[in-house]
Amino acid sequence: MAVDAGTTAVTSLAAACDDVREATDADAVDAVQPGFVVRPGSTEETTGVLRVAAERGLAVVARGAGTKLTWGTPPERVGLMLDLTRMAAVLDHAAGDLVAVAQAGCPIAHLQRTLAASGQRLAIDETLPGSTLGGGIATNSSGPRRMLNGTFRDLMIGTTVVRADGVIAKSGGRVVKNVAGYDLGKLMTGSFGTLGVVTDAVFRLHPLPAASGVLSADIRDSGILAAMVRAIVHSDVVPTAVEVDWSAAGGRIAVLLEGTEAGVAGRTAAARELLARAGPAEVDVDVLEQLPRWWGRYPDGVLLKLSCALSGVERVLREAAALGVAVRGSAGVGVLYGGIPVDADVTGAVTALRATCTASGGSLVVLDAPAAVKSTVDVWGPVSALELMRAVKRQFDPHRLLAPGRFVGGI
Amino acid sequence: MTSTHGTTKTAGPEVGPTPPEQTAATGQNGDGPQIQAVRRRVRDLLPAEVVVTDHARLRTYECDGLANYRVTPALVVLADSVDQVATVIRICAEERVPFVARGSGTGLSGGALPRADGVLIVMSRMRAIREVAPEDQRAVVEPGVVNLDVTKAAAPHGYYYAPDPSSQQICSIGGNLAENSGGAHCLKYGFTANHVTGAEFVAPDGSVVQLGGRAPDAPGYDLLGTVIGSEGTLGIATAVTVRLTRKPEDVVTVLAGFESTDDAGAATSAIIGAGVVPAAIEMMDALAIEAAEAAVHCSYPDGAGAVLVVELDGPTDEVRQEFDEVERHCREHGAFAFRVAMDDVERALIWRGRKSAFAAVGRISPDYIVQDGVIPRTALPKVLRAIAELSSSSGVRVANVFHAGDGNLHPLVLFDDSRAGQGEAAEEVSGKILDLCIEAGGSITGEHGVGVDKSAYMPRMFTDDDLDTMQMVRCAFDPDNIANPGKIFPTPRLCGEVPGRHRGEHPLAKSGVAEIF
Ligand SMILES: Cc1cc2nc3c(=O)[nH]c(=O)nc-3n(C[C@H](O)[C@H](O)[C@H](O)COP(=O)(O)OP(=O)(O)OC[C@H]3O[C@@H](n4cnc5c(N)ncnc54)[C@H](O)[C@@H]3O)c2cc1C
Repeated sequence: MAVDAGTTAVTSLAAACDDVREATDADAVDAVQPGFVVRPGSTEETTGVLRVAAERGLAVVARGAGTKLTWGTPPERVGLMLDLTRMAAVLDHAAGDLVAVAQAGCPIAHLQRTLAASGQRLAIDETLPGSTLGGGIATNSSGPRRMLNGTFRDLMIGTTVVRADGVIAKSGGRVVKNVAGYDLGKLMTGSFGTLGVVTDAVFRLHPLPAASGVLSADIRDSGILAAMVRAIVHSDVVPTAVEVDWSAAGGRIAVLLEGTEAGVAGRTAAARELLARAGPAEVDVDVLEQLPRWWGRYPDGVLLKLSCALSGVERVLREAAALGVAVRGSAGVGVLYGGIPVDADVTGAVTALRATCTASGGSLVVLDAPAAVKSTVDVWGPVSALELMRAVKRQFDPHRLLAPGRFVGGI
Repeated sequence: MTSTHGTTKTAGPEVGPTPPEQTAATGQNGDGPQIQAVRRRVRDLLPAEVVVTDHARLRTYECDGLANYRVTPALVVLADSVDQVATVIRICAEERVPFVARGSGTGLSGGALPRADGVLIVMSRMRAIREVAPEDQRAVVEPGVVNLDVTKAAAPHGYYYAPDPSSQQICSIGGNLAENSGGAHCLKYGFTANHVTGAEFVAPDGSVVQLGGRAPDAPGYDLLGTVIGSEGTLGIATAVTVRLTRKPEDVVTVLAGFESTDDAGAATSAIIGAGVVPAAIEMMDALAIEAAEAAVHCSYPDGAGAVLVVELDGPTDEVRQEFDEVERHCREHGAFAFRVAMDDVERALIWRGRKSAFAAVGRISPDYIVQDGVIPRTALPKVLRAIAELSSSSGVRVANVFHAGDGNLHPLVLFDDSRAGQGEAAEEVSGKILDLCIEAGGSITGEHGVGVDKSAYMPRMFTDDDLDTMQMVRCAFDPDNIANPGKIFPTPRLCGEVPGRHRGEHPLAKSGVAEIF
């Protein structure tokens, strides 16, 4: 579309949305400075803004609370920062249907508070304080409870997306069981804002458990740690989460059980027994009053996401420790997070650990690191079906306006 | 039973009286130059025993479980390997000839309906269970493997495959993947999409790619999640990695009899409202009970206007406590009979009535349509009343069988096709039921898929923009529209020339910026 030479970008943007300002240093993404920050108040305003961006060839990066903005490779350029924090409402909570609809800028914690009033929750952990639904969806971030309940891709049942050309598209719906049409929500989940802007989403909810139990044990030997994980995973205690915290100095396991009063009491006792006797010698297992401090927190340093088959967990833990990489995460599903000290040999550690993860049917992604570090390592690693991914990107965003360069293979 | 509409026939296709429907969805010319070229090239490259060209044999594949649509395919390939699938698809791509995948042919929306001008690629010979890895909670199976066989293979290790469509003794894992199939227990455990972690996949240009894997969260777009439920329109799965689920410690199944579906619906809401998530909650109304009694003598409570089958599973202590809740809520909402199955034999008896319901309806009606709509659970009483009104005002009988826990209705619309006008009246009622579902904020299909049967209803649920956006995915995978064309979408999107397509390497990759690997 031809752009009227007389109007500036800022006037066009202001016509689409009344909350526009020039960007400051604080708005930079990995040192890439946007021109403007726009805060649309609705899906319709988002459409207007993206139309202007498309007309003017402005690259767009969407932002929620900004807790994961430095994840992925740095964007090549950012014309416009699309700040979604004005779209922060819980639009509907149909408690009887165990379904909620919320805007993308809604903080996960806010949604949880709203749902808790009716004894329900979205069974997704807030992995970084303040993070929003939109950011969680875009990065497919998940915490310990994924073991029992799954991730965004499992719990999001409907989405509204604004395309790069401003067109609004919905998929899924408000019912959990629904196979009408393609599931665009799955495509958006984990796409790092490169295919469209999710403005609201519908979620399947779970009842808040009546009771919970937490067990923890300190261990020195990775073999025993792995045996404990196996003992719980292949048992009948139905854990909500099995987490580990591991480094060269040793570490710990923690198990969360949730359910009814009587059920949790019995299962906690059974799980304690399984943990205590998993290794050659009996181990002390503590029953905790609350979740341990390290629970669900990413380790410090260059942040890695490591995935592997369950049978590969032990090897990943051992090799990470040998490389000086601290590891935390969901050993019960094979998704772990590593932290490499920034001054260590990042490339060496990434290469070695990536080989281990890949050999075990998984992958390694450098989630977060200073831009200088990211420029020296292969952030995403090998990706299969990359040509199909590129084809999808070309369809949704042929002019590469949405977070260009932030995703796999330069997408 | 000779149902020409929705049918429960699962024993595979049979030669039927209806001539092929020549529509845009099914193709016109079965013997054009392109299909001739495909036939020649496929015969040159593939062993003779996997290529079917004989007309009588071709006709045995003319329909899936929805037998009122019938089309004889131009060519059938009984694929033995991923290489054969890739070869056939590559030839189809080069000749621009459509192809359709077929698993066990139990689909109820005409998804595996062949094209008169295309190739039907039958996957049922690829039935090896390649690996059962309980230590990884995974199994790797070929797409023709029957759903229940995965559970059988995992059982010795204390595991099972959770998605359990009622057709699980015959339907294939490939068909399940394509339809994102569910089952009675998906209320608690989710659908195929939640239990498949990887697939080897042949794209519509014949290239073989790996989607997802054994570990969760493969980097890149979730193409696997996108392909699941795409009804064979994005390509063909040639191996599937599934998640195995730990067998529950305990299972309790109860049968509760109510005077009305209103009472049974209220009990369902109360159970879920109390924070109990049963493995399954199924409901049948009086007419469905009558049919089941006639067919399998399941001895459901006398005089019940509705029954609920509730199954609880998990750790024993949990199940006991939840059982008490379920009993209390059923009784508080007027259950006059409450029966508990304590072992597998008693459990099978309770389920027998429910599982036979579709087939049983054949006893009380010569023909029927199996509908598959979804509503928010809280809308159940209202929508059931509206269906009853629709039935009485039109004089078309409707039996209701459904997954009450997740609001997935399977109204069975009864008619006699030998009586003039009944088929049309039934079709009309069936369509109006879908409208009721959409008005209630639900969906036109919960598990049977859109296929050819419901593509005309898609615009009632989605805008043109929504459908256009979905088809952008289609264009990315299949720009020439040869993978199961005519299914799901009422009008195909013209993919057009997209900047960058077929233009070789991405500039960033060329300069070495992006592709460090
Ligand atoms: C009595 C009865 C009960 C049923 N109960 C249920 C139920 O409880 N829940 C439920 O969800 N469904 C149910 N169904 C429907 C049906 O069984 C499912 O949709 C099933 O998944 C179809 O599997 P199939 O192997 O028969 O596939 P087919 O019918 O052969 O094919 C279905 C679709 O999958 C595609 N396809 C097949 N194989 C592949 C492959 N390898 N790669 C890509 N695409 C492929 C086909 O092109 C087609 O679009 C029932 C059907 C019957 C007859």
